[in-house]
Amino acid sequence: MATDNGNDRAEAKKRWKSAFDEWGVQDADFTTVSGAPVEPLYGPEDAAGLDYLRDLGLPGEYPFTRGVYPTMYRGRFWTMRQFSGFGTPRDTNGRYHYLLDHGQTGLSVAFDMPTIMGYDSDHPRAEGEVGRCGVAIDSLRDMEILFDGIDMAKITTSMTINAPASILLAFYLCAGEKKGARFDEMGGTIQNDILKEYIAQKSWIFAPEPSMRIITDIMAFCADHVPRWNTISISGYHIREAGSTAVQELAFTLADGFAYVEAGIAAGLDVDEFAPRLSFFFNAHLDFFEEIAKYRAARRIWAKRMKEKYGAKDPRSWLLRFHTQTAGCSLTAQQPENNIVRTAYQALSAVLGGTQSLHTNSMDETLALPSEKAVRIALRTQQLIAHETGVVNTIDPLGGSWFVEAKTREMEEAAEEYFRRVEELGGVVQAIEAGFFQREIGRAAYEYQKAVERQRKIVVGVNRFQLEDETIEIPILRIDHQVELDQRSAVREVRAGRDNDKAARELVRLKAAAEGTDNLMPVILDCARSYCTEGEIIATLKGVFGEYIEPPVF
Amino acid sequence: MGKTIRVLIAKPGLDGHDRGAKVVANALRDAGMEVIYTGLHQTPEMIADAAVQEDVDVVGLSILSGAHMTMFPRILELLKEKGAGHIQVFGGGIIPAEDAERLESAGVARLFGPGTDTRDIVAFIQKNFGQCA
Repeated sequence: MATDNGNDRAEAKKRWKSAFDEWGVQDADFTTVSGAPVEPLYGPEDAAGLDYLRDLGLPGEYPFTRGVYPTMYRGRFWTMRQFSGFGTPRDTNGRYHYLLDHGQTGLSVAFDMPTIMGYDSDHPRAEGEVGRCGVAIDSLRDMEILFDGIDMAKITTSMTINAPASILLAFYLCAGEKKGARFDEMGGTIQNDILKEYIAQKSWIFAPEPSMRIITDIMAFCADHVPRWNTISISGYHIREAGSTAVQELAFTLADGFAYVEAGIAAGLDVDEFAPRLSFFFNAHLDFFEEIAKYRAARRIWAKRMKEKYGAKDPRSWLLRFHTQTAGCSLTAQQPENNIVRTAYQALSAVLGGTQSLHTNSMDETLALPSEKAVRIALRTQQLIAHETGVVNTIDPLGGSWFVEAKTREMEEAAEEYFRRVEELGGVVQAIEAGFFQREIGRAAYEYQKAVERQRKIVVGVNRFQLEDETIEIPILRIDHQVELDQRSAVREVRAGRDNDKAARELVRLKAAAEGTDNLMPVILDCARSYCTEGEIIATLKGVFGEYIEPPVF
Repeated sequence: MGKTIRVLIAKPGLDGHDRGAKVVANALRDAGMEVIYTGLHQTPEMIADAAVQEDVDVVGLSILSGAHMTMFPRILELLKEKGAGHIQVFGGGIIPAEDAERLESAGVARLFGPGTDTRDIVAFIQKNFGQCA
């Protein structure tokens, strides 16, 4: 038997390298989709110094590089959770029943822009936007319709809502309460990640300081009363969609996570009281191994910091549990059927990276909201991965790959470098105010666009393999203008039909609570029960907290 | 030589997806144009006022929220009301082909969909607005 010592390996590598150089390579860009360099070959030397138990650990064991649960997908698959919402609450309720009937295992609510920005459907700023890119929710009444016929004590629901998260959570809890579900039975997630709104998604209402107060109020309230609720879904998805690299997504998201932990501790909460209810939300972009390394690095960084820096003692505080959505920004309007294939690869990387929950995009999302057939194919993509490919049988099957381990470590180190830079700027909020994240992301987005235009990055159907005179042959979901008219009259009916004195009294109580330091959640729940609308609640809070304006830079 | 082309890039409505707007703003600036960016969450009135005050040659609107059928016509109308009907409007975003055709026949100079090469936008603007007095 040949001996395998370092000298032989170095010799062999030299031999291979000279053959490699002699053979020559194509004139192409061999960086990742993020522009990060990668080697043509990785070997044991690239994973040198890696200690199996210290750096990887077994699944369900610190530092969780290989996965957060001992059984992973043999215990249960990830939750197949398609993000969905459009038109009126009744329209979306129909889509939810359709998805549940086809085997979806959790719900995920997409709200329209007026709901996201805190305007009722009859507000002038809502004009043209009602029900367009999500469902319109104005009051508890709409939430009751949205979940009609759905057992809210059994299903878990994720709500993509940030600045007004406290209000939509209150509507949800009250809708469940009216059907007999207890607060401590209801489970789900609110995104409630305001920091990434300033960084990337740009749907803010209040300035960072009052926003962080609302968030800590939610964390404290849920720790006591809604223990199965994930109170913040710390989101890299939008950072990536806005054009960041994979490393920036990883670093900025975790930096936000640490900022929430620090805010909770500063508000006097015990870290182990709220940290187990923090969850994450990442993008699954096209660069297969870079994405897998990103998820693995994220778990290791979070576990180490939570334990070593923030002194969390409950192992559940160390777990980075995450939802994944495939990359909307990678989809093309050209030859949209190809998006099914892109989404499938991205979904596979999320599963190999150990995701807890997954949304697969539909092929038609660069054209409009997804049609029923497109969304069914997207759901089937997940079911194919779970039931046909066999990748679920073995936990972290790429663990130990020299390439994946080297890349995981490299991304961890690059993220640590960003944490240092953010710290130098004084922390996340200060870095936001200085435009640091926004500039880094904007620059990366523009660099990528230029690489595509120089043909250094190939996008199939866009800058190569185009079709002449392409006509799109997939049906488009259209939102009728009638939705806006119906929703406007619905919210007016709610205001006309409720006890208006009671509603007004609750809003006065809310104003007083906002001016003071009491937890806002109990009074927001009372506002919801009295059928105060979202717009009324937000307007009351704006009266106390004001509004945030971003300086426009590009 | 014509004068420098002045462009207002604007984000009407409530959606915060500003990647496209910023990429286009950068590309136009790199092509030698003067670019003013409104920032987010602008009403049609704010955009029309900015276009007039900044005396731009052309306005580029980016909309990804589905509100394009309301926003584009309203801004065209307001520009006319303010005596600035000569200012052309182009745009981009998630806009189905059928809607794009309707908007273009209603007076929008051109809509650029996902996957557009920024050099095509630059060329379009230079061709149509390069000789403005």
